[in-house]
Amino acid sequence: MAGLELLSDQGYRLDGRKATELRKVQARMGVFAQADGSAYLEQGNTKALAVVYGPHEIRGSRSRALHDRAVINCQYSMATFSTAERKRRPHGDRKSTEMSLHLKQTFEAAVLTELYPRSQIDIYVKILQSDGGNYSVCVNAATLAVIDAGIPMRDYVCACTVGFVDETSLADLCYAEESGGVSSLALALLPRGGQIALVQMDARLHQDHLDTLIEAAMTACKGVSKVLDQVVRQHLQEASTLQE
Amino acid sequence: MKDTPLSTCERDFILKAIEEKKRLDGRQTYDYRKIKISFGTDYGCCFVDLGHTRVMAQVSCELVAPKESRPNEGIMFFNIELSPLASPAFEQGRQSELSVKLNRQLERCLRNSKCIDIESLCVVSGEKVWQIRVDVHMLNNDGNLMDASSIAAIAALCHFRRPDVAVQGEEVTVYSPEERDPIPLSIYHMPISVSFSFFQQGTYLLVDPCEREERVMDGLLMIAMNKHREICSIQSSGGIMLLKEQVMRCSKIASVKVSEITELITKALTNDKTARKAGGRCGFAESMPQERITALKVDETPVETDDVAEKAIGIIEDAEAPPPTASSPVVPVPGVGQVGMGLQNTWGVEEEEEMEEFSSGDDDVEEVTKMEEQKKKDNKDDVVEISDSEEEEVVILHPEKPPKEKNVKSSFHQKGAPSSKKKTKQKN
Repeated sequence: MAGLELLSDQGYRLDGRKATELRKVQARMGVFAQADGSAYLEQGNTKALAVVYGPHEIRGSRSRALHDRAVINCQYSMATFSTAERKRRPHGDRKSTEMSLHLKQTFEAAVLTELYPRSQIDIYVKILQSDGGNYSVCVNAATLAVIDAGIPMRDYVCACTVGFVDETSLADLCYAEESGGVSSLALALLPRGGQIALVQMDARLHQDHLDTLIEAAMTACKGVSKVLDQVVRQHLQEASTLQE
Repeated sequence: MKDTPLSTCERDFILKAIEEKKRLDGRQTYDYRKIKISFGTDYGCCFVDLGHTRVMAQVSCELVAPKESRPNEGIMFFNIELSPLASPAFEQGRQSELSVKLNRQLERCLRNSKCIDIESLCVVSGEKVWQIRVDVHMLNNDGNLMDASSIAAIAALCHFRRPDVAVQGEEVTVYSPEERDPIPLSIYHMPISVSFSFFQQGTYLLVDPCEREERVMDGLLMIAMNKHREICSIQSSGGIMLLKEQVMRCSKIASVKVSEITELITKALTNDKTARKAGGRCGFAESMPQERITALKVDETPVETDDVAEKAIGIIEDAEAPPPTASSPVVPVPGVGQVGMGLQNTWGVEEEEEMEEFSSGDDDVEEVTKMEEQKKKDNKDDVVEISDSEEEEVVILHPEKPPKEKNVKSSFHQKGAPSSKKKTKQKN
């Protein structure tokens, strides 16, 4: 994209952030009374809504039931008004299916599925406004929703998308940066053990820079986990004070 | 059709072998299977054999209107077909998870890495551009479809020639291959994907898993690189958790493998070029080996046999002595043969009365025994009546009295029964 300077000389990005700064995270848990767990998370301009049902009996084919674990079923969709051009097919196309598979894979690693054999946990995520980092925001929102539902997890699952420009790693990319041909890496991390639940990278990056990029992603994810932790504690405080 | 499930002992065997750094086909941990690349008669058709995994890629082109958001760029379209031809587990028509996964990975590997100069595909900006379509078909699934597909796709793209086009003002002329030589696509670099499979929660790592190894693996990490050591795509799948060091190690291994494979592809391309120039025959039919059995020759599988002799001797020494073989058949009465002593009845009989084995050879021997002469054996004093149904009356037969004909319900019907059913006559 000619003319768009992703990183200025003073070290400021398009939206005025520094290279390692995350966007502003605002989240609310328990937004729906109907669902077992729900959460709404905003990261900058990207807004996602996550809803969790479960654990409950396997719906549909019994053959999918696992005798020793719960099955996690994820569905990712984008609202038709979420992108600049109206999305004609919100779900069912390949990108959404792939995203759903990735979410499923991420949470299978984190949720203690051995506690609920022969049952199913549904996680539905919807992007209401897309401004880059879709996958990461979905994972963060879904983490909060799973916690709200009371399903035990090994650790918070935090995700962040980082990019590499001019020998610097940019944390938490926005849409303009993502589409500017920056090599972007999306990482889902369990911060306490430093375990990577999912790593996904597109676009060319020289092998030597991989180490710095993953390090930057892990640092950013740890920052996100602090914010999520704060949100959960605050929600608990509100809920417990109300009950008194 | 659902795939046959893997048995637990097979799974345990494979996992145990991996723990001892042995693989089913004798490869080392980081070894690839034998890769064979051959091209078809048309430009843009490529077959890749990765061990037994067989994949075919075909590139075709068409003039279409470009996307509105990108009026001066061509369009690349990728499609991977998983048909039941490759494996009975694949279903025709349904877009399974694996199909979506492979499609998206190939798209990201080839499209997002910008390996092809898309702008050169533009003919008339905003009106006509070339749409390059890559179709990859699985012909045989023996594991690691992703790597085979990526090799096939990039080799086919390198092999492909598109028709020459001339633009004069508003007129666009597309020359057929006879009029003007078709021109190849401009390819910047060749991204190749390398798959790593993880076992036992990430403790063990294997490159290029075969189908059996894929079934028992915990997760897969796919790294696509080109020979300039640029990573084009990374994708982890399966519910495993990785550490940063593992990812770094895999990327180093991948760079080595990718340079080897890129060499293979370039060599195959030059071979094909020279073959075509020389007017030699080329194509799928030629590349199929003529398999005629003239002598029985099997490739030696490299298997470690250093300590086989010692191990064998050790096993024989530790093993128990074989059971004593039975003597030749005993003929208790004419017409009845008895081989062996028979085994304990395992049919879970509930009766408390004293049970004794009744082993008569007529379970196994299908000859029609002379039923009138069936007498009880001397060594069995008490009659064992093992019957399936409780309704049949139990009649005791004494060995001195010759049994009546009616007594004998043909016990030779019960071929599989561990003990024969004998009707015995009650002593009045």
